Amino acid sequence: MEDSLKFFFDNREAIFIIILSIFLGIEVISHVPSVLHTPLMSGANAIHGVVIIGAIIVMGHADNLLAMILGFIAVVLGTLNVVGGFVVTDRMLEMFRKKKSKK
Amino acid sequence: MEAFTSQISILEISYILASVLFVLGLKKLSHPDTARSGNLWAAGGMFLAILFTILFHKKEGASIGNIPWIIAALVLGSAVGWFAAKKVKMTAMPQMVSLFNGMGGACAALISMMEFPHIPADLISRNGMLNGEAITIMMGMMIGSVSFSGSMIAFGKLDEKLGDIKSKVLRYINLGFLLLLLALLTVILIQPQSPPMWWIYVFALLALLYGITFVMPIGGADMPVVISLLNSFTGVAAAFGGFLYNNQAMLTGGILVGSSGTILTILMCKAMNRSLLNVIIGGFGGSSSMASGPTDRTVKEVTLSDAAILLNYSQKVLIVPGYGLAVAQAQHLCHELDTLLGARGVEVKYGIHPVAGRMPGHMNVLLAEADVPYEKLLEMEDANKEMQNTDTVIIVGANDVVNPAAEDDPSSPIYGMPVIKVWEAKNSIVMKRSMAKGYAAIENSLFYHPKNRMLFGDAKTSLQKLVGEIKNLS
Repeated sequence: MEDSLKFFFDNREAIFIIILSIFLGIEVISHVPSVLHTPLMSGANAIHGVVIIGAIIVMGHADNLLAMILGFIAVVLGTLNVVGGFVVTDRMLEMFRKKKSKK
Repeated sequence: MEAFTSQISILEISYILASVLFVLGLKKLSHPDTARSGNLWAAGGMFLAILFTILFHKKEGASIGNIPWIIAALVLGSAVGWFAAKKVKMTAMPQMVSLFNGMGGACAALISMMEFPHIPADLISRNGMLNGEAITIMMGMMIGSVSFSGSMIAFGKLDEKLGDIKSKVLRYINLGFLLLLLALLTVILIQPQSPPMWWIYVFALLALLYGITFVMPIGGADMPVVISLLNSFTGVAAAFGGFLYNNQAMLTGGILVGSSGTILTILMCKAMNRSLLNVIIGGFGGSSSMASGPTDRTVKEVTLSDAAILLNYSQKVLIVPGYGLAVAQAQHLCHELDTLLGARGVEVKYGIHPVAGRMPGHMNVLLAEADVPYEKLLEMEDANKEMQNTDTVIIVGANDVVNPAAEDDPSSPIYGMPVIKVWEAKNSIVMKRSMAKGYAAIENSLFYHPKNRMLFGDAKTSLQKLVGEIKNLS
């Protein structure tokens, strides 16, 4: 019991952030028109590419060849997620914009 | 926790900025006018977080090393990602999103795998493996791996490289893997000492296999929901990484996607009038409702010239597009047809079902690509309101979203799903390659409806010929 309480205490800030972020995520999304579901999903997909920061940290402190190789792969995959995700979303949204300006 | 230095402080400030940009980006993404800048804002936040991590991150006083290699990896990933995203066809968008999502999942899983040997020894000596760090690492690895392999299967299905396997056995295998996975997780966590690394590899392998068997039995039509779900999985995996590194940007970014992705998944399920559980374990019921209705029903075909005349003398025409339109790349022809009819004084609108295509909103994206004006696109409710005054409805490559069974056949698997009530219009023409069933694999009684006529053929060829016929009419 004391261990779990200590765990909570040590991570209280992170737990705060997690709980508030959950509500924020729900609130931010809840009024989206169905037209934007695909771009929104794609945009959210790019945002979780933030996992790349973890990959950079791991690779930045890699001390053996295996860790270097795996870290390199992780950074490449993470970048694919980020860059590909944002570019695809932008392409989708570009089309919405083009037609808006025409009318 | 690192001790205070001005560099750490600057890094944390950049993370706060990045988190704010993520939130504002998502917020702006949910309004049509601001969506594009929202995406750029989120991308800016990401750039900030990555740059400052490389510059200022410290782990026990040590800066980030191997910078040339990190930059090489960033450049390689950016080049490939940029190229792939620019090259992909609009119709292939859903599978591309799935692919990128899988990459993120794999990234999260790899991070956990590399961090496992680095769990502090004093933490293990105090509590054994049942400590916060080990739990975080194992969860990140499990969710990341499931998201990776699941996304790859979803990609294969949408790209039509993989078919649907609807076997009951697979469901039990799937459940078996899940139980094995959880059992191994428990065993690893109750070890007093750090287990050998190959246990971890087996664990990751089991998670990958579970991801495959999790998505495999789910039908192609449900892939959007699955991708959205896996998207939020990856968000959660990223958040576990943030917890592990005490990294605020990863934590907020991951959780935001985790929660908003879950809501989006539920919204998508609602549009199909099904529960998430039903999507995951149920799948559509197959041909169960075939017996209902008479068997001697007849299908009326329409010739191209009749169809052209019918359209030409209609006052109001509604086009209901479906995935068949996207597959045939016929969105530009559709627009040609609508301008041609418009020039002849016919009022043409589009009726968009929320789940038409393979992702909600997919049809809007495709029609926008073909320069169809925004105000011509009617949402389902508005289209249904105008239906009785509509002279002719053309259904191009859509099937389940116009099935009357959703309204009047309680035994149908799609009963209760909101549909576009095309049969209330004065005439309807279904453009379709054959009498084959749609993704839900159920009969469509609309084809036998007295007011309906069929125009068989590939959507693109038919539309081309139809446009030609109408041009010849004058």
